[in-house]
This record gives sequence, C-alpha cells and structure tokens, in this order.
Amino acid sequence: MTTLTQPPQESFRLSQLLYDTRYRSLTIQVVAFILLMAFFWWLIANTVANLEALGKDFDFGFLGQRAGYDINQTLIPYTSGATHARAALVGILNTLLVAFMGCILATVIGVIAGVLRLSKNWLVARLMTIYVEGFRNVPLLLWIIAIFALMTESTPQPRDFREGGGASLLFDWVAITNRGVYVPAPNWGDGAGVMIAVFVASLVGIWAWRRFARQRLESRGQLLPVMRVSLALFFIPTLIVYFAFAAITGGREQAIVAAGATEQSSLADFAQSQSGLNVCLIPGSAASLNLERRLMADDLNYNAVPFTDEQGALAGFQSGDCNVVSLPSADAGPYIANGGFEGQPAVLSDTILRGNPVEFERPVLGGFNFEGGIHLRNSLIALWLALSLYTGAFIAEIVRSGILSVNKGQSEAAFALGLRPNRVMNLVILPQALRVIVPPLISQYLNLTKNSSLAIAVGYMDVRSTLGGISINQTGRELEGMLLMALFYLLLSLLISGLLNIYNASIKLKER
Amino acid sequence: MSDTHAQTVRFVRDSMIEPQEPPISETGVIRWVRENLFSGWLNILLTVVSLAVIYFALSHLLPWFLQMVWNAGSLSECREIRNERYGPDAASACFAVIRERWHQLLFGFYPVEAYWRAVLGFVVFLAGMSPVLFTSLPRKLLWASAATPFVCYALFWGGSIWGPVATALGFAIGAGAYSLGFRAGGKLAASIAAIVVPILYWLFLAGPLARALTGIAPIGLPFIPSDDFGGFMLSTIIGLSAILLSLPLGILLALGRQSHLFIINKVSIGFIEIIRGVPLIVWLFTASLLLNYFLPPGTNFDLMLRVIIMATLFSSAYIAEVVRGGLAALPSGQYEGADSLGLDYWQSMRLIILPQALKISIPGIVNTFIGLFKDTTLVVFIGLLDPIGLSNSIRATTEWNGIYWELFVFIGVLFFICCFSMSRYSIYLERKLQRENR
Repeated sequence: MTTLTQPPQESFRLSQLLYDTRYRSLTIQVVAFILLMAFFWWLIANTVANLEALGKDFDFGFLGQRAGYDINQTLIPYTSGATHARAALVGILNTLLVAFMGCILATVIGVIAGVLRLSKNWLVARLMTIYVEGFRNVPLLLWIIAIFALMTESTPQPRDFREGGGASLLFDWVAITNRGVYVPAPNWGDGAGVMIAVFVASLVGIWAWRRFARQRLESRGQLLPVMRVSLALFFIPTLIVYFAFAAITGGREQAIVAAGATEQSSLADFAQSQSGLNVCLIPGSAASLNLERRLMADDLNYNAVPFTDEQGALAGFQSGDCNVVSLPSADAGPYIANGGFEGQPAVLSDTILRGNPVEFERPVLGGFNFEGGIHLRNSLIALWLALSLYTGAFIAEIVRSGILSVNKGQSEAAFALGLRPNRVMNLVILPQALRVIVPPLISQYLNLTKNSSLAIAVGYMDVRSTLGGISINQTGRELEGMLLMALFYLLLSLLISGLLNIYNASIKLKER
Repeated sequence: MSDTHAQTVRFVRDSMIEPQEPPISETGVIRWVRENLFSGWLNILLTVVSLAVIYFALSHLLPWFLQMVWNAGSLSECREIRNERYGPDAASACFAVIRERWHQLLFGFYPVEAYWRAVLGFVVFLAGMSPVLFTSLPRKLLWASAATPFVCYALFWGGSIWGPVATALGFAIGAGAYSLGFRAGGKLAASIAAIVVPILYWLFLAGPLARALTGIAPIGLPFIPSDDFGGFMLSTIIGLSAILLSLPLGILLALGRQSHLFIINKVSIGFIEIIRGVPLIVWLFTASLLLNYFLPPGTNFDLMLRVIIMATLFSSAYIAEVVRGGLAALPSGQYEGADSLGLDYWQSMRLIILPQALKISIPGIVNTFIGLFKDTTLVVFIGLLDPIGLSNSIRATTEWNGIYWELFVFIGVLFFICCFSMSRYSIYLERKLQRENR
C-alpha cells in the first residue's frame, strides 16, 4: 500500500534570489539592467544640463540650412549655396568612392603579393616579404602623408609639360602633375546607350555562363571552358556594337551653323568677323568633343556654353545664348528654314564628324593647368594608393595563409589524378582556400572603409571633412553632426558585413 | 630458356662504376640559382622584373642615403654642404634635422632636464613587465609588475608620490574587503565588497589622504603636465596604457558576448558592434569635442587621459572579438568537463577555458595591439603632438621648411622596430605555448 505524499510546499524565500541557480541569473540581469539604465539616465541628464548651460538645443534643422562652403571634388552637382545635408551627401559619396576604389585595388595587390610570396622564386618572395612587413608595421597615416608628399613634391608642375620642360604625358594620354593626375574622359556619341546596355548584358551573360558551367561540372562532371568564354563575352559583343555604330553613324557629317555668317565661309573666317565665339556645347558628347577639337585645331579662342541635350543647345542658339552650334548636316537646312533667330544663321563650309559611340577627350595643357579629361586630385590618389597598398599587405597575408591552409595531400592527390597545374589551382586549391580567405577579407574591406576617414590628413573631402568637419564648425552642432556621422559609418559597416556574410554563406562548406 | 638471354647480351659489367661527381649544373650555387631564379620562363620573367625593381629602388635610394649630411643647422645649410661635396644636383639626405630635433621627435616638449625620468620610466616599465612576458622568471616578481604602473606614473608625470601610493592602496583595500567579506557573508558579499569599498575609497578618501600625506612629508619629483608630453613618448604611453587596460576589458566583453544571460549578452554585442563599426578617428573627435557634454557640468579632465580611455574602449572591442574566436574554437567537451568537475563559472573560466582560448587568440591579440599602437598616430588630429604632429611643426619652422623624407624615414623606422618586435614576440609566445604535436 502506497501513500502518495505531497512534496512539501516550497515557500519562496528571498535568499533564493541569490543562492538558487534558477533565480540567480535573473537577479544578476535585473541588477545589471538597473545599473545600465542608471548610467544612461546619468549621461542623458548630464547632456541636457550641459546643453542648457550652453544655450543649445538638440535639433537636426541645421541640415536644411545653407552650407556656404565649397567642396573640391563633387560627384553630384553641388554649390556653396546648397544645404548641409547636400554637403554631407557629397562627402558620403566621396567616402564611398575612395572605399570602393580602394577595395578593388587592395584585392588585386593583395592577391598578387600573397601568391608571389609563396613563389619558388627566391627574389620575388623576399621582395614581397619586404613589402608586406614594411606596410604592416608602419602606421597608415605615415604612408598616406608620405605618398601625398611624393605626389606633390616629386612630380612635375604643369608648366614643365610645355616644350622643353622635361616632362611628358604618360602614353601620351595621362598627365601626372603636382596638382593631380589628369586622365582621358569618355565622351558619349550615338549608340553609347546601346553599347553600355550590351556591355551590362554581357556581364550578366558571363555570370550566367559561370553558373551554368559550375552546375554542369557538379551534375555531369563536364568541364566547360570558363575563362576563355568569359573573356570573349567581355570584349566581343561590346566591340561589335561599337564598330557597328562607328561604321554607321560615326562617319556622318555634322554641319556647323553660325549666327550672322556668310554662307559657306570657313570657321576661321567667321571667327575673325566676330568679336568672340560663343559655342553651344553638350559636355560629354562625342559631337561636341569633335567640335572643340576642330576649334582647337584652328587655334580659335571660344566660350563654351554648356547644355544638357541637343534640343536645349539648339533652343539656346535660337535665343542667342551662343553664336555657333553644330547639328547633323541633314537637319541643318530645315532648322534654318524654321526661322525665329536673332541673327540670320548660315551653314559654314567646315564640317565635323558626328563621332563614335565613345571618344576619349585627352587632357591638354591650357594656360596654367591641364584642361579637359578627368582631374583626379592628389588627395584622392594619395589616399587611394596608401589605403590600397596598406590593406593589400594585410590581404596578401590572408591569401597566403588561405593557400597554405589547404593540405598538401590535396594538391598531391590532384596531381596524381593527372590534372594540370592550373586545373589543380582552380578545381582543388582555390575552392578550399577561399573558405579560409573570405571571412578575414571581409573585415579588411571594413577596415579600409573605416580607414578612409584618414582623408583628413590630405584634405580629401569625405564625410568626416564635410559633415563631421566644416558643417560642425560652422553650425556648432557637434552632438548632432558626430551622431549622424557615427550612424553613417555604423550603417555602412553593418551593410558591408551583412552583404559579404551572405556571399560567405553561399561559398562555405555545406555540412550536414 | 635462361641461357638464351646470356647469348643475346654481348657484355655484362661485373664491377660497380665508381660514383661520379654530380654535373656542375646540379651542385652548389649554380643549382640554387637555376632552381630558385631561372627554372622556367615565368620564373625568369619574375627574376628579371624583380631585379629591375631592386635596381630602380636602389639607384634612387642609395645615393640619397649614402650622401647624407649630418652637421647642419638648417635645410639651406644642408644644401650648401651638399653642393660643396657632391655637386648641385646630387641626391642627398639631410639627416641633420634628426640630429637637431631628435629630442623633440622622441619626447615632444618634455623638459630637457627631465629626460632621464622618461627613459627611466620606460626601463622600469620593461623590467616590470618582463615577469609577465617571460614565464621563465620567478613568479614572485609579479608583485613588482603590479607596482610598475604606479612607479611609471610617478616618474612620467611626477608630483607628490603620495598620489600614486594612495591610489595603489585602493587595491590593497579591495583585497582586504574581499577577505573580510568572505569571512562575514560568503563569496557573493565578498565580491560586492571588493568592488564597492575601493570605489568609495577612491571617490572620497584617496584625495584627502594623498593631500594629508603630502602635507606631512612632501616627497616627489616636479610635476610635468600632459601638455608637455609629445613625440614617440606620447605614442608609447598612450599605446601601452591602452594595451594594458584593454586586455582585461576585452576578455570580459568576450565572456559577456558568450554569456547566456540575455541582457549581458545583448549589451556586450551592442557595445562591441557600435565601437567596431565607427572609425577610431570619430571616437577621438568624440573624446575631444563631446565628452564634456556627457560628464557632469564643470568637469574637465586631461585630453591625454580621454584619449587613453577612448583607445582602450576601442581596442577592447577588437580584443573581445578575437577572444570570442578563441572561446568558440574550444571543443564543447572542455566546457562540459569543467562543469562536471563541479567548478563554478569563474573557476572554470580561469582554470580551464581562458588559458586555452587565450593561447589560440595570441596572434590576433598581438595584431590588435600592433594596430592600436600604429593608430596612436591619429591623436595628431585632435591636437596632441605625436611624432607626425611634431614632424609637421618642425617643417613649419624656417630652418627646416620643405624637409619630408628624412623625418618620415625616422618615424617609420621607430614604429617599424616596435611593431616588428611585437610580432616576433607573438611568434615566440606561440611556439612556447604549443603543447600538441611536438
């Protein structure tokens, strides 16, 4: 006979909060939470008291005010009359630009240096060791200002590029001066849109082909040529489109129409008859580039009046904003017959070509400086190179350790199967090494992005210089400005690590 | 069948051939060169390119370096001496600037007559840390290590020695409170007492005590304010303080992030991610611009101390991630084993988990320290005079206007020596601690 005895009713005692493991963790957390809240309350109360004492408030309204300062590198239109928010956006884009360029170059340098450091060639391996140790053990800031000093002190001045000055353009296209690097700028002609669309489509095609080849390899063990097809896809369709458009529209003639000119006189004669040439141009278009080349070939001084499209330029010519414009020869007659001009326009005897889908504008030495082309400031170049070389040294070590982490037996087995060395690399070593390489690589990209805030050392106008520098100084809103800037960096970091973690998850070993 | 073979063979050698010397191309230097430098067309290409790079670098650097000028008062004097000796267009390094200003690059505006204090301070520091760094030294010496920070403070900043003594006393009081509390109310009460009593002591008693002792026996070196600190000394003090302080904080954060306690876990994650997501330079600006907002009105404390605090918090977040990697790498059997032995949380961490996890994380920890030490150069942007800031101010003087590379080389070599020796030490430590597969 058994009697069920009720277990003694446990009464809750206060000491259980400390000595019973069921409750203790809860106690600790509650205490921690209270302490934390007290700390935050203390911070906020202090901040409020300090702001009151200074007569300030906490207000993001300053973002809408006029900034009133210039920024020397703007990727989007910006004037000193724009708002602080716009200035911050310009800074953000500049930060993203240098971070993006840096990540690409650092990866290239790092992979090459990491592979070469493992090379059997004694000399190359030693050189790469010197590179890696040298950059890893010296502060990045020192490298940035050293490269900046190299760019400004040891490069020729623009006037040295005059005849007999001793300096010459690199490959006749790139000018490296102490004021920055000038590279050719692309100008887009007819068919540029199609060409770019085809290029993007072929990039998608390369991606699809690689995916298809990988699936084929895994499902049927069939090896398809990836590298050759990718290269072909990269170049051939775009080049075909380019040459097609160049053959069809590139040779078309553009008439030059001038206001108040005698019919069929030359451009030079017209220029002599006028006090000055005002030319309606569309910056970045191939036809306008050809017109400018024509004007420069005749040594004519002219004023460029910029428009965004051909319609605008023609309307501007009609209302007298300029006295020279160019348009396709076939359209010139009807356009003049339309009437409604300030001075009677006439077609000049000189013609220009409409231009290929893309034509490059060379930097040319103007008065005191280079004109035309894209001007990359020394601050950008120095920051970019220093960040890339510095991060590249770290990436080199990551790549090296990744390759070394693959067991030697793997490559020996692959060779025993009769694979050729590049197949061994592509099919056996790299896929395994990548799993080791990618996670630390992500954190290097993050480091590079954060290190780009060292732009302050060379005066590159990144987000710290605009929002976190001049805007704060002008408005006295340290708290708000720093908060926004910290938030930007935080979001950027989380975004990059989030995206790359997704990529990492896709390539990592699928374990059951 | 066997003799058919004998008939087909005309000649059978019945003695061994004397071993011959290997061909000349397979021995010595020639073989090494052939195998390491010229073993294929790619290798030959690489060798040629490297030789070209080396030639290019040396042809520019060697003349500059070898034709150096050591005795000059200004850059123009340097140029004159160069013109006399090597001709007007010769490349010549003007290391006279280092000879003139090395004391500034090393010590900033620290008073000249007190240089011995700085040097002695670093010697004391290295000597004090050696029992920690090298386990072959007697363990009793660790007590001397514990006293080192206070001795170093008294040497670098000076002032009455009773300040550091009174501060150090707080730790002794904490230890006393622990043992008293242990006897009175068990472990928990002891831990709380060990934290609360010293804090109360530092807040309310330490100051008056130090003042009273100074009034009775005014011993001490002349006080030197932080504003006079500069150069490599400043970088080293900031770097080493932050390194020492961030390691324990980082370990605590890593444990917090691994913890099962919800609030502790989330707070640790938030702290680590926020600190790591924002560049150090933004934190430094926060320290110099914003810290006054967060502290009670009227408080104002040393910029250098603020920088040390910020650098400590910054690197502790990175250390925490490195240590977390080490903790995660341990097989769960270690945790379970510790539990089954009946150890409580702190005992199992101290005796079983952390020794192994820290060993795994040594390379990462040292890398973080090297990064932190290099990042101390960023303090130039908030107005502290680190070597780079001083190189700018040297360049701003009329004598040395336009001198770049000599200063950069000097600063770079100093940092290289420090960082490189740190990385070598980590390799030494890794080798020494390696237990398996010897």
